[in-house]
This record gives sequence, structure tokens and C-alpha cells, in this order.
Amino acid sequence: MGKLIVQRLGLGVVTLALVSVLVFAGTELLPGDVAAAILGQNATPESLAALREQLGLNAGPVARYLGWAAGIVQGDLGVSLANRQPVGELLWPRFWNTMALAGYAAVIAVPLAVGLGIASAAFRGSLFDRVATLVALATVSLPEYFLGLLLILFVSVQYGLLPSLADTWSGMGLAAWLKATTLPMLVLVLVTVAQIMRMTRTTVLAVMDQPYIETAYLKGMRNGRVVLRHAAPNALAPIVNVVAFNLTYLIAGVVLVESIFNYNGLGRFMVDAVSKRDLPMVQAAAMVFAAVYVVLNLVADVAAIALNPRLRHPRAKEV
Amino acid sequence: MSHVLEIRDLRVEAPNGAVLLHGVSLDLNPGEVLGLIGESGAGKSTIGLASMGYGRGGCRITGGEIRLVGTEMREASRKTREALRGTRIAYVAQSAAAAFNPAMRLDTQILEVPLLHGLMPEAEARAWMLELFRALQLPDPEHFGARYPHQVSGGQLQRAMIAMAMAGKPDILVLDEPTTALDVTTQIEVLALLREMIRRYGTAALYITHDLAVIAQIADRLMVLRHGREVETGPTAALLEAPQQDYTRALVSERRESLGAVSGAHHRTGKALLSVEKVTASYGQTPVLHDVSLTLKRGETLAVVGESGSGKSTLARLVSGLLPPRAGTVTFDGASLPPRFRDRSPAQLRRIQLVYQLPDVALNPRQSVGEAIGRPLALFRGLRGKALADEVVRLLEQIGLPADFAARLPSALSGGQKQRVCIARALAAEPELMICDEVTSALDPLVAEEILRLLRKLQDELVMTYLFITHDLSVVQRLADRVMVMQKGRVVETGETAALFADPQAPYTRRLLDAVPQLRTDWLDEVMAAR
Repeated sequence: MGKLIVQRLGLGVVTLALVSVLVFAGTELLPGDVAAAILGQNATPESLAALREQLGLNAGPVARYLGWAAGIVQGDLGVSLANRQPVGELLWPRFWNTMALAGYAAVIAVPLAVGLGIASAAFRGSLFDRVATLVALATVSLPEYFLGLLLILFVSVQYGLLPSLADTWSGMGLAAWLKATTLPMLVLVLVTVAQIMRMTRTTVLAVMDQPYIETAYLKGMRNGRVVLRHAAPNALAPIVNVVAFNLTYLIAGVVLVESIFNYNGLGRFMVDAVSKRDLPMVQAAAMVFAAVYVVLNLVADVAAIALNPRLRHPRAKEV
Repeated sequence: MSHVLEIRDLRVEAPNGAVLLHGVSLDLNPGEVLGLIGESGAGKSTIGLASMGYGRGGCRITGGEIRLVGTEMREASRKTREALRGTRIAYVAQSAAAAFNPAMRLDTQILEVPLLHGLMPEAEARAWMLELFRALQLPDPEHFGARYPHQVSGGQLQRAMIAMAMAGKPDILVLDEPTTALDVTTQIEVLALLREMIRRYGTAALYITHDLAVIAQIADRLMVLRHGREVETGPTAALLEAPQQDYTRALVSERRESLGAVSGAHHRTGKALLSVEKVTASYGQTPVLHDVSLTLKRGETLAVVGESGSGKSTLARLVSGLLPPRAGTVTFDGASLPPRFRDRSPAQLRRIQLVYQLPDVALNPRQSVGEAIGRPLALFRGLRGKALADEVVRLLEQIGLPADFAARLPSALSGGQKQRVCIARALAAEPELMICDEVTSALDPLVAEEILRLLRKLQDELVMTYLFITHDLSVVQRLADRVMVMQKGRVVETGETAALFADPQAPYTRRLLDAVPQLRTDWLDEVMAAR
């Protein structure tokens, strides 16, 4: 089991290295020239050449990649081209903003979704099951911006319960922060609950078809105990996987939600950086997103290994 | 004495409307063992589950009465049924490996019954479990319960399942093929212990099986079932001695014949066709074959017998090129055979064909019978159009199926018919060696008998050579010229069938032969007394 986990960790590192190559190559392919973007209308061929030299753009792509990657390994994300500040100083506060919003949404969405999924599996085909499925499918079918606008329209404009803009600043109180971020949180919850719930329901139902579930019923166990004690633990590994997948969505896929509510997170940071052609910023943001993705999936894999009774309790040597 | 179970005119229907039971009635006395016997689809398991008020896979009880220790199960509330299950009537499944929850410790699953039904305090329940473990001769009974299902052997798990059923001190056990999935030497242990348990605790039982010789050892009465109807019922010895109905007579005589005379070597055999020399093989780091050698002459049938884990199927994979050996050589018709099937020439591939244990899985469900048989005809013999269609018809005729079967999909065939199609597909390549890997194990006895007859007919007509992998010694007796006994990846003994059965040399062979249940009701007593 330890060996398997170390293998997964190694695979995670390899994945990140490959992603860094892709990110670097992708930004290389972006049209436009940073020097030209910075100098704008006033560029002369001489000043362009000088600036390129100064920015190190004339070195070969391999050399520039290696320099960039070596910096990342040491925690140095580079320097913004646009305003000459270290990327790290600009990026990390925004990253923590995004994490806070995602965490807020996850704390609500995951227990809700898993609970609803198990409940609809336990009462398969009941009115509850059908209504839960219908509502979940409806919310997942609506795009984020539409859901966001609907919520703004009703909750903010009609009734004035919550602000429509998620303005946050450092040093604001928790209550104020929660009030400001509840609407974007709701949108994130609505779009993630459906998938987790449906997957939970499906995996629990697949487990419910196993012979050992029939055994439990034939022992006279009540429905609730069969579902919670006999079925759910065996469905846990796939559920952890789909939860991890949705958590990565919460963090990496929030660009739209951050835009709708003008939330000061990493998604908007990246959009701004792309529009300014600030490549070190884009690369750094992309790497952070990728790292979150890889780490969360890694956690899910390790959890799945740890949850497997065959690996947790290895077979004793035969006597 | 009142009955613990009374079933009157029981009707059960499948979700698709098919009638599984057409009005079956039975009575079970306290402490009595009633054997329910019949082929698959006879409705045996359906009766067992219905007596617990349970329908598997959405099956519905549509008529009749089920009176379990005085309670009418069909009218009882869900709560009442739950209260009776595990406490008055308990179930033992065929595959304990599937019936135990892999994520829970054995003792948790066993103690659930007395504790959640509130039958006794925990200390008492634990003491009772320990007594059961001891009675079932489980190793290290004090710590056995702390294990997970995957940590114990198949035979131990089946005994743990019996302990779980007995945990609630039920009046009735429903035993659904409780020894069928076990190796023959393990089966005898479990069977003896099961009978001992039933006698010691005075538990009544519905014993469901397709094996007459097994049921003869344990049942007081037998009920023969076919297509959801009762054929006949009677005391075990009387029914085996003098069956009244034709169907019962066929079942009994098939079993008697299968345990009867040895076919012996009777095939004209030519020079060596296949020879395997000092072959060693492993799956990853786990060694499965050690230094195995064999020779097979043209026209001969060599049966490779052994229990699960003996390496017999690995040997088949090795000869067919699915698993390359670590060391050793395989020679076919004088020429060395490449270890991997990918490296073999089309002619080499054509001359060795494989027929599998599970015809359901071995046929593509979306290919018609004609397509399945036609593929090797086109691939190996280049047949097209009319010639191909004619050849498919000829092959179908050869294996005893009508020509119009070519258009059918596998789903429209019975298990025996599917296995015939698999054999026809192998024949289509005009092989010289056919490897038959447990080809009759998944079939009912009467159907298996027909398949064996077909294989013998083909051998006589085509001078076929068979490498016959099986765990069923009665099959060996009827088909093989020579037998090779394997255990834990090694060859224990090889010999002419008649000689080996009459006078086995290796102790393991003797143990294997002794463990085959005989149709006499006193067989198990004799075997246990001899120990």
C-alpha cells in the first residue's frame, strides 16, 4: 500500500512536469509580441529589439523554459512584464481568495450532495428520488452566468437580501465576507451538487446490486442500516473521486462565476493577464490551476487506495 | 408435530412476466432436511428465497401461501418479515466470497444478526460465535472473526457463512448450493460439518443443489423440480433406488453412469502431436507452473485434472500462446511453437483451437451464430459467399443444430446450444488439437452429458486430439485415455485412465478420488469413519 501511494506521488510530479511543458509551449504559441504590446504605438525597430533583449526574449525556447521551470521549482514565479512586480506577490492573495470561495462552496455542496445521493439511492424510484433528480438536472443544465443572473435578479434586485457584487478586501469581518460571497457560493453549489449527487446515487445503487447486500437483507437488516453500513463504505472510493473532480472544478473553473460577481480571485487574475499579454502571469496562474488539479486528484487516488480493504488489511502469510 | 414451514401452491413470476413457479407445495418438519433438486431454471432457489418472503431481482410472489413458524409471510408487514429473517430462517449462499461484505470484518457481519435483532447481549453473542467457529473447525477461532473476507480461504469463508446463518439460532436454514463453488476435497469437509451442525442443533433445512450425490448424504427427503413444477417427492433412499418419474430416472442414471464404469483407453493413437517440456510459468512474481511436462499423441484425449490453483488452466493458456512460459519448450507436430500467439503462423494458430468454460462470455452477443462460425472459415480457409454459408450449415449439422440457427443471436440459445456453437467455431478452423477448458462445468448434468457425447463423436469422426482441462473426475472417467493430476502447479501423477482410477499411486490422487461424492446415502459416513 505504501508503495502504491509513493507511485501515485511520483506520477503526480511527472504530470506536473508535463503540464509545465504544455503551459510554456501554449503561451509561446499565443499570437502577438510582448515587446510590441508594452511599447504600443511608439515602437521603433530599435527600441523593440532593445526591449526584447532586456526581457530575455531572444534566447531559444528551451533555454527560456529551463530558466522558467528552475524558478518555479525554487518558488520563484517570475516577474510581471506589465508592471515589473514579482508574480508571486500579485498572485497568491488572489489564489487565497479563490480558495476561500471554493472552500465555502465545498463545505456546503459536498455533504449536501453525498447525503442527497445516498438518500435517493435508498429510496430509489420514490417521489423524493424523482424530485431530487429533476432539480439537480435542472440546475446542472443551466449555465453559470444564467444561474448567477437569476440569483442576482431575485435575491439582490427584487428582495435586496444579498449584494450582487462580491466585493471583498483584506481585513473585512467574517460576517461581512460571508454576506458578500454567499451568492457566488450558491451558484457554485448549484452547478456542482448535481454531478456529485448523481454519481453518488449511481455508485451506491451499483453496490446495492451486489450479493452481499442481498445477504444483509436476508439477515433481516433494516433498509437504513443496509444502505449506510453495508453499501455506502463500498461506494466511497468512486464518490471520493467524483468529489475531488468537482472540487477542482470549484477552484479551476470559477472564471465565469468570478466575472459575474466581480470577485477578486485567480480566475479574473488570469483573464486580465491574458488580455495584457503578460505571459509570466498567465503561465504562473496556469501552473497553479494545474497543480491544484493534480494535487486534488492525487488525494482522491490515495484515498481510494487507502479505502480499499484488500490493501488496508493485506492477506496474512499463509501458515 | 407441526411444520416449521408450509408452502401451498406457491406461484412466483419474474418481472418480465415469465412464471418461475407454477404452484409448488411442501412441508418441512422441525429438524428435517428437504433436498430441492433440479437443473438451472427449475425454481429451486426461488422456493428457498420465497420462503424468506424475498424475491430476487424483482421477482414477485403472485399466489399461494408461505407459512413460516406460524406466520403467513405474504401477509406479514415488512417489519415482521425483517424480524423473522436471520432469527427463524437464515440463508447460506453458493458463493460466500460474494455474499460477505468485503469492507467489513467477519465478526461484525456475523454478530449483526443476534445483536441487531436483540436476541442476546453482546458477550453471549460472542461466546456463541466462538462456539460456532469451534464446531466448524475454523483455525484460531478466537481471532478468526477479526479477519476480513479476503483474508481467509474459500472453504473457510463458506464455513464462516454457515456460522453467520447459525448466529441467530434459526429454525430453518436455506442452503443454496452451499458446496458447489468449492473444490472437491474442500466440499467434503464443509458437507460433513454442515451435516454435523444441522444434527447437533436440530435445525431444519431446505438444501438446494443440482448434485444428487451431494444431496444423498444429507437430505431426509428429496423433492425433484423441473421448469418450476414438482416432479416427485419422497424419502431420499427410496427415491434414488426407485424413481417413479422418467425425469428423475434420467437424473439418477446420468449420475450413476458418470460415477460408473471407466471408459479407458480405446482410441487408436498415432505419433506425438504436442509435447510440453519442463515448462515453468508465473503471473507477475507469483509462480504458477513448476517444471511441467506432457506429451499428447494424435487422436488421444489427455485430461488435466486438479483443484483451483493447480495451474491446469494456466497450462491451457500456455499451449495456446496466451501466456509465454518463463522456461521450457512447447513442440507441436515436430516443430517448436513460438511462446506468444502473436508470433505463431496462421497455420499454427489454425491447428490449435480453444473452447472455454463459459459459453455465455465466449460468444459475442451481437454476432449471429453464422457470423461467429463464419469468422474462422473466412480467416483460416478463405471461404466467401455461398461456400461459406454452406460450410456453416454443414458445421451446424455436425454439432447437432438445425441450419436456421445460423441467423440466431446467442441470446436466443440455451447454455448447451451456446457451447455447441463454440465447439463448431473451433471446428471451423479444422484444428488438429482442441483445448477444452472446463467446457462442461457451467452446464447442467444432462446437458453436459450431451456435450461430452458430441465431443466423443467428433473425435471418432475427425481423429481429433483433446487436451481436456477439468476439475470433474466423472468427466475424466468418461472421456480421457490418459489423466494428468496437478496440484499447486506441479504434476502429481500421470497414467492411463483405468489404471489411475483403479490404483492411484500418489496420496493426493487418492484423496481426490475419494472425495468424489457417491450416490449411496451412506457414502459420507463411510468416508468420515475411515478418517
